[in-house]
Order: sequence, then structure tokens, then C-alpha cells
Amino acid sequence: MSKIHVSTYVNGDAVEFLCEPGETLLDVLRDRLNLTGAKEGCGTGDCGACSVMLDGRLVASCLVLGAEVEGSAVETVEGIATDDALHPVQKKLLEHAALQCGICTPGIVVAAKALLEKNADPSEEEVRYWLAGNLCRCTGYDKIIRAVLDAAAEMRGVSA
Amino acid sequence: MSKQDFKILGTRPIRPDGLDKVTGKAMFGADKSVTGMLHARILRSPHAHAEIVSIDTSKAKALPGVKAVITGADFDELKNRWTGYTSQNCMAQDRALYDGHAVAAVAAISKSIAAAALKLIEVEYNLLPHVTDVDEAMKPGAPVLHVGVKARKLGDEVSGNTVGYYSFGHGDLETGFAEADEVIERSFKTAATHQGYIEPHACLADLGSDGRGELWCSTQGHYNVRLICAEILDIEESQLRVTASEIGGGFGGKTTVFIEPVALMLSRKSGKPVKAVMTRDEVFRASGPTMSSSMDIKIGMSKDGRITAAQAKLRYQGGAFPYQMVMMGAMSAFAAYDLDHVQSEGWDVMTNRPKMISYRAPGAPMAVYAVEAVVDELCQKLELDPIDTRLKNAAREGTKSSYGPTFKAIGLVEALEAAKAHPHYSAPLAENTGRGVSCGFWFNFGGQVSVSMAINADGTVNLIEGNPDIGGSRASISMMAAEALGIPLDRIRTIVGDTASVGFSDVTDGSRVTFAVGIATINAANAAIKEMCKRAAMIWEIDEDAVEWVDGAAQPTGHNAGEFPPMSLAEIAAVSGKTGGPIAGHHEGAPDKAGVSFGVHLVDVEVDPETGFTAVKRYTAFQDVGKAIHPAYVEGQIQGGAVQGIGWALNEEYIYGEDGRLQNPGFLDYRIPVASDLPMIDPVIIEVPNPGHPFGVRGCGETAIVPPLAAVSNGVSRAIGKRMFELPMSPPKILKAIG
Repeated sequence: MSKIHVSTYVNGDAVEFLCEPGETLLDVLRDRLNLTGAKEGCGTGDCGACSVMLDGRLVASCLVLGAEVEGSAVETVEGIATDDALHPVQKKLLEHAALQCGICTPGIVVAAKALLEKNADPSEEEVRYWLAGNLCRCTGYDKIIRAVLDAAAEMRGVSA
Repeated sequence: MSKQDFKILGTRPIRPDGLDKVTGKAMFGADKSVTGMLHARILRSPHAHAEIVSIDTSKAKALPGVKAVITGADFDELKNRWTGYTSQNCMAQDRALYDGHAVAAVAAISKSIAAAALKLIEVEYNLLPHVTDVDEAMKPGAPVLHVGVKARKLGDEVSGNTVGYYSFGHGDLETGFAEADEVIERSFKTAATHQGYIEPHACLADLGSDGRGELWCSTQGHYNVRLICAEILDIEESQLRVTASEIGGGFGGKTTVFIEPVALMLSRKSGKPVKAVMTRDEVFRASGPTMSSSMDIKIGMSKDGRITAAQAKLRYQGGAFPYQMVMMGAMSAFAAYDLDHVQSEGWDVMTNRPKMISYRAPGAPMAVYAVEAVVDELCQKLELDPIDTRLKNAAREGTKSSYGPTFKAIGLVEALEAAKAHPHYSAPLAENTGRGVSCGFWFNFGGQVSVSMAINADGTVNLIEGNPDIGGSRASISMMAAEALGIPLDRIRTIVGDTASVGFSDVTDGSRVTFAVGIATINAANAAIKEMCKRAAMIWEIDEDAVEWVDGAAQPTGHNAGEFPPMSLAEIAAVSGKTGGPIAGHHEGAPDKAGVSFGVHLVDVEVDPETGFTAVKRYTAFQDVGKAIHPAYVEGQIQGGAVQGIGWALNEEYIYGEDGRLQNPGFLDYRIPVASDLPMIDPVIIEVPNPGHPFGVRGCGETAIVPPLAAVSNGVSRAIGKRMFELPMSPPKILKAIG
């Protein structure tokens, strides 16, 4: 089976890879680009652990083919913290102890950051519905929701 | 035991593994790859019960890129019966015993070739009768999964699938029921649920022809993995080094092996490293789940709310192999109550379903659900307050428990009183809303543990423990080490060692890690402190016994011992090379005084009378944890357990068709709670110190999944004015009950 050559941008860097036609973006990120931050919890778009940004849109990378991202901009959890500074969402997740095992955390980070870029002042309900596609089995979501609301407040420059 | 003053315990520092987990660096089971690695795939039975007549792997072997194909024929029969069952669960021998049972496996140079190879394996099955329901499986004449394993005490009234029977209690039921003003007897059913960890089972195995192996895997206990795999692969334990990856949830489901022996066998056969990762479909069909149940509960109560007699009959279904777990349910059922006349009996039953494995407080949630539902119905019938009634019957220090032991200091009364005093309990209820209450209980365990601690010359400390960190234990262990040594938390780095780095440690289960590893850490610190005092004595040229450790420094015990300024840990460590060499402390032991833990949950649920949909509106969970080392992670355990219980109560179930196949092996159809389903979960930590731990720690991880089933069920029953007797309470069932 011949492979497909793809040129794309991942976390701002130009990258090229070869992938099989049936290979998902998640497989490409994990197996070909060694970016294992996005996780495969289900492979069917139900759990959100593989969340990445594709051309500014939040997607489940297990439902995107690697061959589809030619010329696109992909952002993964690995690209969110810069110059040793964590994104407020990352920082608040830590401060609120909003992770236990941490397997869902990369997807939550990507999804929550995407929410706050669209909506700087979400209500608790808006956060809950936005993150309804990100399954967490450990926390019961309470501390995650609080962390995201707190991050939103910090980004707006107010205290929660 | 009086409350102690602590410097570090009870604070909420950032966890040491946190940065890696929010940036995507943390390495979980499927995140490790090595050069030349092959990919494994496992072929699974589509049948609930079938004789494997033949397996033809020749076409798969001939596919370019396929490096090894294995079947049950590659696995030897084992002397140890229980490991034998585990082995047969990983790879079927002559029969496939459930939908999803592994029958063959391949290793190939790519995932796609491995997947293609699976389709080329030809299996001839001879279908056999199957049974998936517990009551059907117990009936004489039911298809029997394994012959000759029936529990000895049982007669012809039950089938050979009934592999365990247990009975606990004291007093005389007849006397007790005669004293009751009201007796209620009900039957309940609960569905099997899955632990639902988001990370599928994953491992990377490398086993050489010289019998030396490396195994990286997501597990709750890598020593246990080593023990089982060494036996199955017939290699020496010392030669198999197992490293626990970061673990993406387990909840009991990663306390055994599923794919690890398969990957090791494929590696041995191919001579190459092999990575195996389950799909979510495989996780549901072939790992986990917990038991389903069918239960009869009979409780008698006096008009003033005193339970006069209580009886439970619990029938659990645990899948395709003998198992022992209903015992936990029978022991837990009435643990919350101080009773004169009580009996609980349990039957373990095999069916054509995946082999059960522990799920958070295994066996307790369903038993306690049924008991607490009947207690609630009695309260309604006798017009009694549910919390006052529970207080009237509550177990306390000195109570002879229904399962035998007499309780030491426990916190059930404190939890009930906190619940009664909480604003939630007196808040007004909206229309179509009901308030449910339930108690819950878990034993907690101690178990074998090893900790090794090195004092570095720069005054920092490395600590190696052998228990995978599943919810923040490196933080709590580091905190206990800092507290015991009297040094700042940031001087300590705790890691989970591989099986070659530190002594044996039992599985991360039974809510045991903070308790048992904590004790070992304190003892290791004390050993290091003893050595540091000795070094200070040597430097000061005074007697070793004349030195004591105060606030992280050695100092003379008094003026008579001599006048020397205190020497800090860092100062002693800095000169250790000249006073006898490196300083370390270690401890190996098996602490057994884990204190039992009780919880009380309050929930308000709103039931839509038109759709039967239940919305959880408010939730407050009270739990005695002994001492909360890192309160934020203790709260997290309480919140997470409560939500798993809510899922069990409302949504989650294994659904089997007439054909014995699992109909919902995916997160879309097996619906665990999502963020939009829930309100905030308000945790209230109660601290009644465990006299069996230097800091008062009790396990806290499991108790919280026990009360929600009944709390939600009692809330729904009160909201709709009809009692519910089956979980999950999906909308169709609620509509049917409303009528």
C-alpha cells in the first residue's frame, strides 16, 4: 500500500509525513510525529481525549484522516505552554487539583482553551456543555469546571 | 487518638506530576514506542459460548509483515488454578466463554497489517448453549461454564455455576423479626457496570530467548503483573522487569492482566518488542466489568426506628471463571448498623460474560444499595426521619459489626450528624424533586509495601515506592515524607520504581496506598533520622542516645548531652561522605490496621414525569477519611466516586442480547456521566483519626461509590412516589414505575 505525502503545520512548525490512507490524524500525531499528548480513549469520537485544533476548529483527531491535513494548521496540547509559561487553563487545572489520573487532561486543556477563545466569560452551564464531549472518569468534573471558570476570570483580569 | 498539629499535611500543594500531565508529556501505557517494535492485535470470539474446533492461522502467517501468530496452543496449562483462569481469560483454550474472549493474536510491522492479518485467521466454532443472567445461571440445568468448581457447601438446588457461598451475621432472625412493628421484604437487581477508565489497556513487551524481559504497562500493580506473567510465560520473576506507566484510570479494572501475557508471548515468538493496545470495544467486551446482582432484602423495624432484624441474600454474577467477590457484598451490606439480629448470605455465580474484576469497593455498592433502599422505604412507611433513623441504628466504636469484628474509632455518627446539620438537608424541595439519603462503607486494606529513601548530599531526598500513582499519591507520599523528616516539601522527589528498583508492593487497590505506603514512608524516614542522629552524635562526640530529631534537625536531647547548635538534614547530608557514607532509610512491611471508612450522601433529584429523565440537582457527600493528607485530592476521590455511583444508578449497564452478545460496547451506548449531566459535587471531609496510622489516615478512595446508588434511588422513589427496585433507573423504567 503506497503512502500519502502530507505537508502541514503542527504547533507552528512546518512538518512533513507519510501516512497510509486510512491512518487518522491521531495516529499520525502519536506514531509518526511522536506527539503523544493527544490520547486515544475510544477511537470513535466519544471521549474527547484526542482533542486538537485544526485550522482553529476543535476536532476529535481520531475522526480526522492524516491525509486531510495537507496545508492545515494543527495545534496540540504540546503547543499550548510557551516559554515555560503555562496557559491559564493549565495553571488553574493544577491549582484546583482538577486532574487525578490525567489521561483526559490534554483533551480538556485543548477544549477549554478553545472555549475561552470564543467566549471569555462563560457560565458554569456553558462550560459544562462545551466540555460534555470530554469524558473524565476520575474527578466528577467539579474541579475541572471550577478551574476553567477561574482561568476565564484570570484571563479577563478579574478574580473569580 | 488526639488530633495532631501538622506543618505540611492538610495543605494543598501542586502535585509533582502535574506539569507533565497538563502539557502532554506524561507517558501513559500507549505512549511508549521503541525501534523495531511490532504491533499486536487480538482476535476475539463473536460468540457467547462455543467450542473452538480448529484455528487455521496459515493465511495470516503468510501475509507479508506478519511476524508472529499465537493461539491458546501456545499457552501451557498452569499448576496454580487461579493463575490458570487468568491465563485462559487472556487467551481461550478449547472454548470461547464469552463474546469478546481472545482466541488468537498477531504481531505485525504495522497496525494495518496486524488488522488485516486478523481477518485471515479462520476459526471453526461449535456453538454451545449460553447464559448471561445470574438467576438463570444458578438454576439447575443451566449451561455450566466449568465443571467441578461448585462451592462445596451447596446442593442440587443450584447449578454448578455457583462457585462461592458465604454467610455472615449473628443473633436470631426469627426473634428479631418478631420484635418488629413493620417488616419489608424486597427484591432488587443491578446491572453490570464497567470501571470506565478513559485509558484502554496498553503495554509494550520485550521478551528475549534468554528468558529476560522488559514490560511497560498501564497497571495498578506491576509486581502483580510480574507474578502472573512470569508464571504464564514460565520465566523467573527476577528476569522480568515490569515498569508501570502513568495510569489513565483503573478503579480496580487494572488489578489483573489481559493483554500483557499475549504481548510477551508474541514478543518471545517474534524476537521483537511488541506493543499491544486495546480498542474501546475490546475494553468493554473483554476487560472489567463489575458484577451484576439479584438480591433479596428483609428488614424489620420498630415504630421508633430501631432495626430489629435484617437479612440479605445476594446473588452476584461474575462472568466466565470462578471468582470470589460476593463475600465483600455480604460483609458490607449491614456494616453501617449496630444490629442484634442480622444475617447476610452471598452466592458467586459464573455466566458467559467477561471475567469480572474489582470495581471501586467491589461488591459493596449493590448490596448497600438494596439495604439502604429498604431502610428508606421503612422510614417512609413509619414516617421517620431518614437521618435520625440511621443515627439511631448507627455503628460506632465498640459495635460488633455484622461481619464479625468489633469496630474501633469510626466516623459514621459524625458523618450523619454533619449531614443532618448541613443546609442541604433542610433546603426546600421543588416540584417533582426528591431527596435521597444513603450510608456507605468500605473496609480499606493495608497489604505489603516497600519504600526506599535516599538522603542526598545537597539536602534533598529521593523516595522510591512500588505503587502506581493513580490519583495523586506521589503528592501525598511526598507530603508525609516531608512531615516526618521535618523538611520543606520541595526537597523531596517521589517516584514509582519498577520491579527491579524497590521491594515487592501489593497492587494499588483497597484504598491502601496513602495508608500503607504512608506508614512505610514514615518508617523509612524514621530509619534515616536514626542514622542522621547517629552521624550528628559522631560529629559531636556524644552518645547516640543523647541526640534527638526536632524540626528537621538533630539536636542534643538536653544540656547534659552537651551544648551544640542543631545540625539540619542538609548539614548532616553535606558531610555524610566523611561520616560513614550515604544516608538512606527504607522500610518493608505489611501494615494491617487500615481503618474502615463510612460516608453519607445527600442528593436532590428531579424526575421529569413526562420523559422519566432524572436530573441530579444537588449533591453533598460526607466522608470520614481519618486524616486528609492533601484535602483537594481527597475531595476529588469523594467527588469522583459519587459521580461513578450516579452513573451506575442512572445510566450505565451492560446490555446483552438473546444471542449473548454485548450490545453496547462503546461510550456512545454505555453512557458514563458527562459534565453537562451534573451539578457541583459538594464534598465534606470528616476526620476521625484511624488509630492504626501515625497520622490517622484511613483509605478514602472507595467508600464514595457506595452510597450514591441508594441515595439516587431513594431520591427518585420519593420524587415519583413509587419505590424503584432496579438499576440503572433509565427513563423507560421510571416511566413504567410512574404508570
